[in-house]
Amino acid sequence: MQLTNRKKVLEQKPMTVAEKMYLPAIFNGLSITMRHFFKKKPTIQYPEQTREFGKEFRGLHVLRRDEQGRERCTACGLCAVACPAEAITMVAGERKKGEEHLYREEKYAVSYEINMLRCIFCGLCEEACPKEAVFLQNDKTVPPRFERDEFIYGKDRLVEPLNQANSKDNIKYRY
Amino acid sequence: MAKITFDGIEVEVPDGTTILNAARKIGGKVVPPAMCYYTPLKGSGGKCRVCLVKVTQGSAKDPRPMPKLVASCVTPVQDGMVVENTLSPQVLEARKGVVEMLLINHPLDCPVCDQAGECDLQNLSYEHGTSGTRYEEERRTFDRQDIGPLIQLHMNRCILCYRCVYTADQITDKRVHGVLGRGDAAEIGTYIENVIDNDFSGNVIDVCPVGALTDKTFRFKNRVWFTKPVDAHRDCPKCSGKVVLWNRGSDVLRVTARKNEYGEVVEFICNECRFEKKEMSDWTIEGPRHIARASVISANHYELPVVNPQIIADLPESTTKELHLIPRPI
Repeated sequence: MQLTNRKKVLEQKPMTVAEKMYLPAIFNGLSITMRHFFKKKPTIQYPEQTREFGKEFRGLHVLRRDEQGRERCTACGLCAVACPAEAITMVAGERKKGEEHLYREEKYAVSYEINMLRCIFCGLCEEACPKEAVFLQNDKTVPPRFERDEFIYGKDRLVEPLNQANSKDNIKYRY
Repeated sequence: MAKITFDGIEVEVPDGTTILNAARKIGGKVVPPAMCYYTPLKGSGGKCRVCLVKVTQGSAKDPRPMPKLVASCVTPVQDGMVVENTLSPQVLEARKGVVEMLLINHPLDCPVCDQAGECDLQNLSYEHGTSGTRYEEERRTFDRQDIGPLIQLHMNRCILCYRCVYTADQITDKRVHGVLGRGDAAEIGTYIENVIDNDFSGNVIDVCPVGALTDKTFRFKNRVWFTKPVDAHRDCPKCSGKVVLWNRGSDVLRVTARKNEYGEVVEFICNECRFEKKEMSDWTIEGPRHIARASVISANHYELPVVNPQIIADLPESTTKELHLIPRPI
């Protein structure tokens, strides 16, 4: 039964002498190969070479500090509730007297952990953050490791170092 | 009995019922919000003005409209009254203004506040308010205050709804806190920081629509939406003992009274239940509490579908064998 008129019948003619020798076809193929020797190579030698990240790249998280070097995060939990992978956990604590130079608000995150194996780098935490504390950097990725525990990033690895706080050039944020 | 038309829906209520309660009889989206009115508390209402509605026809006898918007929580119905709430753009506009006024001195420290996630003011401003603020002056600020060892007062967040004052007046037998000062300077205070050591004083936490009065034992422990609400009860000689436990894992982080859909406490609980019984072994668990899908508390809480017993009878046995694991609605 014929359904459409688009059917094409392939006719297989017997091969000519030149075709039977395969030589033209071989030289044709080799010339294509040779041509690629002189073209620009698209392959990069990862990990020695890396591609440049796009401006919108979402890589490793950072917990920012404010202009005075105080932690911005108040452990409000909005990043954790926005996280579709449930990768973020935190414990909140109350700021004591004398710690005003360390934490911006009266509540702060005593512990703040992101499981980088769970994280899908969607950036919803960054979007949810009302304090502009958590950001995904566009120039850093999570380095490969051997142990699973090493992928649970605590505050020691997430909070931006003090000396970097004031020089914004060191870390390129997306705004 | 009086018959009124509320947002085009006819409802019959006993004489003397307020417009708000008539609307609640209809239920659903037409019910005006209320920040200060609280059914269990006598004399509450008429202060926050968010329940303003338009009366387009006063009664069957006198069909003239009321000249101004009226507070539905304190205005009794009359036979033949026609009331507009969501249908009237004037009401919605006025409510937007009221929300703006309520937020004038509110610090908007929701990321820090323990009430965030179950805060009436948060919901109200989300539904009826504007996203920006026009207020440029400095907000009034107060120091944080301890009302006894268990209750924390953040006067900054207070909207002066007087609910806690009525609670202290009516539920507990000796009132030691009230509103001091007038107008802009008004604040909830305890005379010379008198400690509230009444058995039912903890209920002021539950009636507070904002985060002004919070549980000190729960302070910064966790966010409301990470805790799991569970209905539970115990034999309590002082109160009904029917509560909601807010758990994280198997830890009881907080105990509150049960609230109905309008955020009103069904039965007040005593301080012993609220502050001291923080072990799972103290309670008889009834099952998970149902949380409205719109609430942030329902985020990441997965509820099994409600079982319809009528259908189950017709299902083959293989599909019903694990049904006993599914919690049934109470």
